Amino acid sequence: MAMTMHCDIASSEARIFSGRVESLVATGVMGDMGILPGHAALLTALVPGPVRLVTQAGEEQIYYVSGGYLEVQPGIVNILADTAIRADDMDEVQAEQAKREAEEAVLNRDAAFEYSRAATQLAEAAAQIRTIQQLRKKLGK
Amino acid sequence: MAVGKEIRNQIKSIKNTQKITSAMEMVAASKMRKAQSAMQQGKPYATNIRNVVSHIANANPEYKNEYMVERPVKRVGFIVIATDRGLCGGLNINLFKAVVRTMKSWHDQGAAADICTIGAKGATFFNNYGGNVVAAVRNIGERPAVADVIGAVKVMLDSYLNEKIDRLYLVSNEFVNTMTQKPTVDQLLPLQPSDDKELQHHWDYIYEPAPKELLDGLLTRYIESLVYQAVVENNACEQAARMIAMKSATDNAGDIIKELQLVYNKARQAAITQELSEIVAGAAAV
Repeated sequence: MAMTMHCDIASSEARIFSGRVESLVATGVMGDMGILPGHAALLTALVPGPVRLVTQAGEEQIYYVSGGYLEVQPGIVNILADTAIRADDMDEVQAEQAKREAEEAVLNRDAAFEYSRAATQLAEAAAQIRTIQQLRKKLGK
Repeated sequence: MAVGKEIRNQIKSIKNTQKITSAMEMVAASKMRKAQSAMQQGKPYATNIRNVVSHIANANPEYKNEYMVERPVKRVGFIVIATDRGLCGGLNINLFKAVVRTMKSWHDQGAAADICTIGAKGATFFNNYGGNVVAAVRNIGERPAVADVIGAVKVMLDSYLNEKIDRLYLVSNEFVNTMTQKPTVDQLLPLQPSDDKELQHHWDYIYEPAPKELLDGLLTRYIESLVYQAVVENNACEQAARMIAMKSATDNAGDIIKELQLVYNKARQAAITQELSEIVAGAAAV
């Protein structure tokens, strides 16, 4: 049997995932990182993006996390998500639209729109689209 | 019959009130169950983040965040979590009393207070009472989101960092059980190091990026999550307190109706007896 570690993904509003996983890939501030059982203790900030994990049963699951923190302790991975929603539930059209709106706002900056807010929205929308594309690939659509 | 028309009207109006209070009781009972489950939902996050924060605080003695440094206290801040609506018994008043008591003891030591209120009742009370309300959030509703409290918390954190306040308290109701809600005043800042023996061992994280940046962000999240948890818990308290208040109102209405019914019956009986004796007296006179 493959080695596993315990994984908790929780936002302050709800618990998103809790169980044993074989591996996990998350998007850190320094880039994507994979965590396997036996990883050294680590603490890092996450940027908006997908969290891909393989459960004990060998099933791959993908969650979307809009930023947060990831903590690794021997045998335990904790993700403290800012807001996390099931990637399956996400509406791609909405994400695209949010991205387009944010892009438009970046172009007409004088339209009394805060640039930094638009940039964050753009980053989030891009991350959501990436999550959906990964899900698509997994489902073989 | 003219007798007791007023009493009958009174009974009718009390019955109407009783209908309202018993409906409110049932609504509060169902909302309380939802609020309690929301309280449970947030628990894992709160536990995890607390563990991480106390671990860093213990593992990294060389780096001290501003939030951990004790300063002489010239001014204190309060985040007061009250309800948006009334009719929930003494819940808010007991809480405000606790705030006022703490404020007074600081006042005696020469420290003034800034207040940030969450919930409409808090803002109303402290505007009348004369506290210095620097931030207020209203209408959070039954399903509070973290986004609702971020702004208010940031105001207080900023004034802590700018040394406008030197200590920050969180005041909210603790949900002991359905019958009991306990007003609590907890110190948020400076953070008190936990003396959890389990966390005092010698290993450290790999930090990515540097511990300073991480810790600064993490502590803000931590405080936000504490405040959010308190808001959710206070919501459960509100519903429980309202349920109990409405239950006793319904019971009291029942008692009053019973008493009025007795008075009404007596009056009616007296009128009948009087009429009878008048008839009998009239018949005897003939």
